[in-house]
Amino acid sequence: MLQLEPRLENSRVWIIATPVIAVLCTIIAGGAMFALLGINPVQATQTIFWAPLFDPELSAYARPQILVKAAPLILIAIGLSIGFRANIWNIGAEGQYVMGAIAAGAVGLAFYPLDAWYIFPLMFVAGLVGGAAWGFIPAMLKTRFGANEILVSLMLVYVAEHFLASVSLGFLRNPDGSGFPGSRNFQQYESAANPELIAGTGIHLGVIFAIFVVALAYALIRFHRFGYQVNLTGKSLRAARFSGVNPTKLTIACLCLSGALAGLAGMFELTGPAGQLTIDFNVGYGFTAIIVAFLGRLHPIGITAAGLLMALTYIGGELGQFMLNLPSAAIQAFQGMLLFFLLSLEFLTTYRIRFKLKRDA
Amino acid sequence: MARFFDAEQISKTYPGVKANDQIKLSIDAGEIHALLGENGSGKSTLVKIIYGLLPPDEGKMLLNGQRYRPQSPRQARAEGVAMVFQHFSLFEALTVAENIELGMDDPPSRNKLEATIDQIGQRYRLPILPRRIVGDLSVGERQRVEIIRCLMQNPKLLIMDEPTSVLTPQEADQLFETLNELSHEGTSILYISHKLEEIRNLCTRATILRLGKVVNVCNPKSKSAQELAELMVGTNFATASKGSTVKGSEPLLCAENLSCGAVTEFGVSLSDVNFEVKKGEILGIAGVAGNGQEELAAVIAGEAKATGSLRFKGSDLLHKRITERRELGLLTAPEERLGHSAASEMSLTENAFLTADQRMALSSSGVIDWKKTKDFTRSVISQFDVRATGADSPARALSGGNLQKFVIGREIAQKPEALVVNQPTWGVDAAAAAIIRQALIDLASKGAAVLVISQDLDELLEISSSIAVLNLGQLSAAKNTDEITRNEIGLLMGGVHGPTVGSETTVVAA
Repeated sequence: MLQLEPRLENSRVWIIATPVIAVLCTIIAGGAMFALLGINPVQATQTIFWAPLFDPELSAYARPQILVKAAPLILIAIGLSIGFRANIWNIGAEGQYVMGAIAAGAVGLAFYPLDAWYIFPLMFVAGLVGGAAWGFIPAMLKTRFGANEILVSLMLVYVAEHFLASVSLGFLRNPDGSGFPGSRNFQQYESAANPELIAGTGIHLGVIFAIFVVALAYALIRFHRFGYQVNLTGKSLRAARFSGVNPTKLTIACLCLSGALAGLAGMFELTGPAGQLTIDFNVGYGFTAIIVAFLGRLHPIGITAAGLLMALTYIGGELGQFMLNLPSAAIQAFQGMLLFFLLSLEFLTTYRIRFKLKRDA
Repeated sequence: MARFFDAEQISKTYPGVKANDQIKLSIDAGEIHALLGENGSGKSTLVKIIYGLLPPDEGKMLLNGQRYRPQSPRQARAEGVAMVFQHFSLFEALTVAENIELGMDDPPSRNKLEATIDQIGQRYRLPILPRRIVGDLSVGERQRVEIIRCLMQNPKLLIMDEPTSVLTPQEADQLFETLNELSHEGTSILYISHKLEEIRNLCTRATILRLGKVVNVCNPKSKSAQELAELMVGTNFATASKGSTVKGSEPLLCAENLSCGAVTEFGVSLSDVNFEVKKGEILGIAGVAGNGQEELAAVIAGEAKATGSLRFKGSDLLHKRITERRELGLLTAPEERLGHSAASEMSLTENAFLTADQRMALSSSGVIDWKKTKDFTRSVISQFDVRATGADSPARALSGGNLQKFVIGREIAQKPEALVVNQPTWGVDAAAAAIIRQALIDLASKGAAVLVISQDLDELLEISSSIAVLNLGQLSAAKNTDEITRNEIGLLMGGVHGPTVGSETTVVAA
């Protein structure tokens, strides 16, 4: 008989081994799916996992794209993970991302066409404040009125999206754009631009900032009282209160912090890869980051790995679509399998499987 | 007397621990048999096996000569085995009769049921009105509901798990009468307790477990409580001895007209509580659980808001945060170990930081000095003989007694000027309890003011210099321990419950 037994301590070996096994399982199950679709499974998995990184022709385009996509995912996921550790569920990073971008864009455009060093830093602050303010709304409603932050933060995403549509058609629209929706292009406004720093690598200020935030988050969680209080609150709210944590302040801090980082991700995206505020500026980074945060087990290093892996499957999936004519549904199913195996195998870190003969009682 | 129940070679293994190892237990018909053992000795596992909650890995059981292997509590009940748990499973918003009906497979009509409840209540001296709402009942009354619920099924074997831990001495005496009555009628009773005195009074045979094995079967009346305790623990240990207390004259911690609302829905609100604790004094607060103990501890700690006045070293405490109170030198150890005074998933080092940050200066401008925290943790572990694999082991890996030694030790090692502990030895083995009590006495003899809230009257009589009783949120005036009798305390503990019990009896009898 199969039996599950809880482990006394989480297994370190399995924490490292499960992602590897999950990828292998995905390759096998996904390969079977591709084979059923009449596509060479080896070629398909190679295109998704291998080509973006090492293919001599394709990687020149794909490799920088991985960093470009991973940076906002990691940045947002780090912020979310700190709240998640304390059981504060910000689901609305997408909205905070949009509001950060709008705030930063508005500040930048206010100075147009002035050329000054301080414009980009001001936009940075605006992005931070914009995202934090959007996170502060669910924080205040939760702490003052007991409103569920999951619902409020999620609904605010749609408010933000409509606001985005309104400003990109309205007061932030490019006056020289011959009536097309969308703002001026920030890539062409030097004082507000966030260009690729080293050509061909995809590295821009947002990537550097994300690396900095990963290190900072690691130190915060490991060595700072705030990180300790966040962990303690997640483990036991009552013990946290007893320790002296003020749950109201902590809730506000976590929601504003995750909002601020999402807002900054929006700001870097706007001034860099996206360039322009348009109706379809946001592409779901805020939602994908939730998956990244959990996939990385709420740990900064794990989140970095998970963010890169997610970016890789996105880019690889795109390559698969135009190189092999894979249907996009198959790519999504493949990505779904990866998540499924990663999350379902996680129980091996906390449980062990035993084979037992049933004995007579 | 005829042999009624037999268990042989019962074994049960959990990962890393053999909870039951070749256990043999036999109970005669109509016998009140004691099952003695420390926490973690395998009592609960054995009882769960008998009650059908756990299958044993090995061994067999006989009930009335027949092979007995219950697959579920329902099957156990069908075969005549019933159990009263330490933690009641009653719906507070429902009436007594409704609660009893819910537990029955085939309930009779409500009128008939109420009549049966009255009848059983009279016969076994368990007076209870079937239409009362359980939320309004005292703990002793709730236990009666649980017992009646069991008796409805005419059990042949009744298992009682630590039944008196929540009762006043008078209520306990009443329970013993009921149990004796049952035993005379031929019902066997398996009585689990760690209160040695009551076992010596009630039982004629005791099976003593230690580390999953039967170490002795004896007549508890022929042994002293100290001998029984030593059999349970396996070593000799000293009982706490009162030191010479250097009593100060000035009260260090004093409350005037302290009032606060209930912390939980069916909790009790404190009304106009007054007390003072001097330097070197241990004030014991007795009372049945659920009479405002949790509220009082929370108010003093700073976890709950209150009105009135609470002064420590002359300064007003009520507007100070919990961390500020710690800085001033007032430390607390709440009742719940896991999830309140410690976080189960965190290591002992992290749990040490939980309250010691301020007084031990374990962080500077927010940056935690983990090395210093670990050193402090190690000193608590060695000073209080905490059995753990190390400072990194998670709190949940410790036994109840060891975690409690750690939690209390963590506060004492910070050299508090005043310490408030709620149920310091609740669910703790005898050896650990002795260490904790001695530590509290030593702390007071060094000049700290100590306030001990406890349900264990023996414990309070042993360590405190004066005793007050908390009942329905009101605190009686403190009396010197030498000048108060057990009976007096019992009456105060019964407080308003006392007369209610009496009047109910008359109603039922009428």
